[in-house]
Amino acid sequence: MQPPYAITLDVGSSRANKTGAWRVERPVYVDRLPPCNDACPAGENIQRWLYHAEAGDYEAAWRQLVDDNPLPAIMGRICYHPCESACNRAELDEAVGINAVERFLGDHAIARGWRFDPPPAETGRRVLVVGSGPSGLSAAYHLRRRGHAVTLVDQAEELGGMMRYGIPAYRLPRDVLDDEIERILALGVEVVTGRRIDDLAAEKEAGAYDAVYLAVGAQIGRRTEIPAGDSARILDALSLLHQVAAGDPPLLGRRVAVYGGGNTAMDAARTLRRLGATDAVVVYRRTPKEMPAHADELADALHEGVQARWLTTVKSFEGGRLVLEKVRLEGRDVVPTGEFEELPADALVLALGQDSDLSLVEKAAGVAVEHGAVSVDDAMETGAMGIFAGGDVVPGERTATVAVGHAKHAARAIDAFLRGETLAPPPRHPLATFDRLNTWYYTDADRQRRPELETARRRSTFDEVVGPLREDNALFEARRCLSCGNCFECDNCYGVCPDNAVDKLDLAASAAAGRHYAFDYDYCKGCGICVAECPCGAIDLVPEVI
Amino acid sequence: MTPTPIRFYQVGSFAVGNRLLEEELRTVQSDPRRANSLDRGHRACQGCGEALGARYALDAAVRATGGDLVAINATGCLEVFSTPFPESSWRVPWLHSLFGNTPAVASGVAAALRVKGRSNVRVVAQAGDGGTVDIGFGALSGMFERNDDVLFICYDNEAYMNTGVQRSGATPPAARTATTEAVGPEPGNPFGQGKDLPRIALAHGIGYVATATVADLHDLEAKVIKAMARHGARYLHVLVPCPLGWGSQSRDTIRLARLAAESGLFPVFEAEDGIVTSVRKIRHKVPVEDYLVLQRRFAHLFKPERRDEVIAHLQALADENITRYGLVAPEEVEV
Repeated sequence: MQPPYAITLDVGSSRANKTGAWRVERPVYVDRLPPCNDACPAGENIQRWLYHAEAGDYEAAWRQLVDDNPLPAIMGRICYHPCESACNRAELDEAVGINAVERFLGDHAIARGWRFDPPPAETGRRVLVVGSGPSGLSAAYHLRRRGHAVTLVDQAEELGGMMRYGIPAYRLPRDVLDDEIERILALGVEVVTGRRIDDLAAEKEAGAYDAVYLAVGAQIGRRTEIPAGDSARILDALSLLHQVAAGDPPLLGRRVAVYGGGNTAMDAARTLRRLGATDAVVVYRRTPKEMPAHADELADALHEGVQARWLTTVKSFEGGRLVLEKVRLEGRDVVPTGEFEELPADALVLALGQDSDLSLVEKAAGVAVEHGAVSVDDAMETGAMGIFAGGDVVPGERTATVAVGHAKHAARAIDAFLRGETLAPPPRHPLATFDRLNTWYYTDADRQRRPELETARRRSTFDEVVGPLREDNALFEARRCLSCGNCFECDNCYGVCPDNAVDKLDLAASAAAGRHYAFDYDYCKGCGICVAECPCGAIDLVPEVI
Repeated sequence: MTPTPIRFYQVGSFAVGNRLLEEELRTVQSDPRRANSLDRGHRACQGCGEALGARYALDAAVRATGGDLVAINATGCLEVFSTPFPESSWRVPWLHSLFGNTPAVASGVAAALRVKGRSNVRVVAQAGDGGTVDIGFGALSGMFERNDDVLFICYDNEAYMNTGVQRSGATPPAARTATTEAVGPEPGNPFGQGKDLPRIALAHGIGYVATATVADLHDLEAKVIKAMARHGARYLHVLVPCPLGWGSQSRDTIRLARLAAESGLFPVFEAEDGIVTSVRKIRHKVPVEDYLVLQRRFAHLFKPERRDEVIAHLQALADENITRYGLVAPEEVEV
C-alpha cells in the first residue's frame, strides 16, 4: 500500500518494544502459609475450606475440611480454636469465627447426609486401633480412606472416649457425636467395644496386624494425699463426668468444691451446677492468669454461678469442713502462707490432671514410657516397629484437636510404613504475616456471634449452651476471611498494572498453571504496584539475576 | 439478633474484581475482554500513574460507546511515551494535537463528525495538567463555553513531567520542581498560586464536572461511563501520581493517590449541571504528613529540619477541602 503523503512507515505496534528489559526486580506469585493453618493442631487447610464456603459451596468446603479432620461438627463445638488466636484479622477488627463456620459446615453435612468417599481400593493390610476417642476415630478414618482394614477396640461400652465420657453434653450433644462416629464406621471399620487389651504386643501378634495405633488417652484422674475423715466424700472429676455421661450421676450434696484449674475442673464445676449444687467452688492454687483452663471456659463457669478461690490449696477435709490454706506465688512456685480458712462442703472433686493407663505396653519390647507418656518419633512411631501412638498418651498438649492431628500424621506414617516407604513431610511455606497485607481493600465487617442459652436454663439442664450460626451469617462470617498469602481472584494485579503486563487466564489455562493470572515478563517493568496493591500479600518482588 | 444482609466480602467494592460478584458489577478493568486502549510496550516510566489512568478512562469510554470513539491527545508524556514513530500503543482511533490546541482540535473533530452525520462517534480529549490548566486553557475555556460535545480528561500529575518537572498551574504549594527549588525562606512552589481547574470548569456551567484518582477504579469508571451518557462539554480531572516527578517509589503510585484523597488534599467529587451532586467520602482519614513523607518533592519539609508551619499550612488546605465538599460524614462516629 502506498503510504499517505509525508508518512514513510506503516504504523506499528508498541509491542515491538520489549520493555521487560528495563526490569531489575520481578513480581512472582507465591503461596504463603496462612496463620490459621499454621496454628491448627489438626493441620486443617482452613483458608481453603473457607474459600469454598465463601462461594456458598458448602459441600466442597466440607470435603476439603474432612480431608484433614473427620469430626467437624464436634470440633466446631469443642476445639479451643488456636486458629482464631492466630488470625490476622484480629489486628484489623476481630478474628474470623472459624470455629463457628466449622460447626455450621459440620451440622450442614449431618443434615444433608453427606458421606465420606469410600476407599479407592483395599490394600489387604490390617491395622489395630486401640482407643476410640478423637485420635482413634480419626486414625481409623484416615487409614480406611487409604484402603487399610481397621479394627477399632475400646474398653468402654460405647465409642467416643473422652468426647462421650469426659466432655459434658452441654458442650457436645451426644447425637452430634453419634452422627459423626457413625459416618466413620460406615467406611467399614470393625468395632470391638467393652474389651480391654492387656498386652498390646501379644494382641498385635495374635491378630496378625500389620500395624497398631495406640490412642487410649489419659483416663485416670490424678490423686493427691488429703487427710480426710471417714465420712468425707472425695471423688475425681473424670469419675464424676463419666457417671453423669452414663446417666448415673452421683449424689454429692449442695456444697461441692472442685480442686484444680484445668478444663476438666471447669467441666466438673459447671456439671455440678446443673446437678443442683448451689455452691460449686473451684479451688486453685494459682491465679486465673496461670490457669490451664481456657479463658472462655472460666468465663462461662463464672457466668453460670461457679465460685472460685484463687491462691488456695486444700489441706484437709473432715466432717463437712474443708480446710484451705492461702498461698502466694514466687514466680511459678507456690509458697504456703500458714493462713488457714474453712469452707463448708459436702463433697470434694479432684481435677488435678490425668494419667494414661499404659499397662498394656509394659511387655511391648521397644516401647519407651517416660513421665507417664509414650515416647514417639517424628512419625508418631514408638520404639517398636509398627506400633504408633498419639493423642493424650504421647507428650504434648492434651486437646481433642491435637489428638486429631496426631492421628492424621500417624495414619500417613502408617500408610508409608505399610508400603515400605518413609514419610517425607511436605515443605512448609513461609508464613503469611499481617504486614504483607494491604488491608485497604477489605470491607469493614463485624464478627458474627453464635447465640447462647440463657443462664437460667444452664443451671437446670444439660442443653447445649452455644447455638449455631444460621446460613446467612455463617456465609457472612466466612467472607470475613482475608485469604492471607493466597490469591483469591480479586483481579487487582490484572487491573493495576500500568504496563498492561498481567494476563488473566481463562479456565483451561489457569487449571494448567495452577494460577488465575500470569505476568508477561516481556513487558513487565518491575514497578511493583501489583505487589503493593495485592490485598493478601500473594506476590513477591524478587531481584532479577543479572 | 437482626438478620444480616449478605454482602460482598472479602473485598467489597474496593478491589478491581471479585470472584463472588456478578460480572456486570465488576469493573471494566477486571474484564479479560477489556479494550486495553493503551497497549503494552509503551515507554512510560515504571509505575506511571498517567499510563494507568489513561487505560482506565479510555477502556471505560470504549465500553460506554461500544467502541465508537476517537481520542484527541495533547503533546505531553502520554503522547510521547505511547507513540514514538512508527510505533503506537493506541488501540483506539487517536489524533495527536499541539500542546495548547487540544480542546480546539477536539471541538473540530466533534463538529466534523456532526456534519458527516456520524454523531454516534464520540470524542474524548486528553491532556496532562500543563496542557490543560496552562497552555491549553484558553482553548478549553472556549470549548466549555460553546458546550462542544467533548469529554475532556485531564491527567493531573502536578507538573510538566515530560520536559523535566517544571512547575505548572496545578503544582501544589511547597512542592519542589525544577523551577521552584527547595531554597530560601519559603522553599518550593509558593502558596496562594495555581488554578483549581475543576472549580473553574464548574463555573462555566457545563453539564458534567468530576474528579477522580487512580486509587478508586470503581469511582473513576462510573464517572467516565456517566459522562459518556451525556452530551455537550464535560470535564474529568484525574489525579495520576508520577514517581519520577514526585520522587516516590514506583510501587507507591496507587497508594499516593489513595492518600491524597484520604487526607483531603485531593477532593473527589462529581457535579452535574453546575451543582456538586456527590462526594467520595474519606474512609480512613489520614494527616497530610502521611502523604507528603513518601515524596522527595516534599523532602525539604522534613529534612534537615521539620517545617511544621508549612506542613500545618498544607493540612489547613486539606481541612478546607474537607469542609467545602463535606468529605467526612458528620455521622461518622465509631460504633
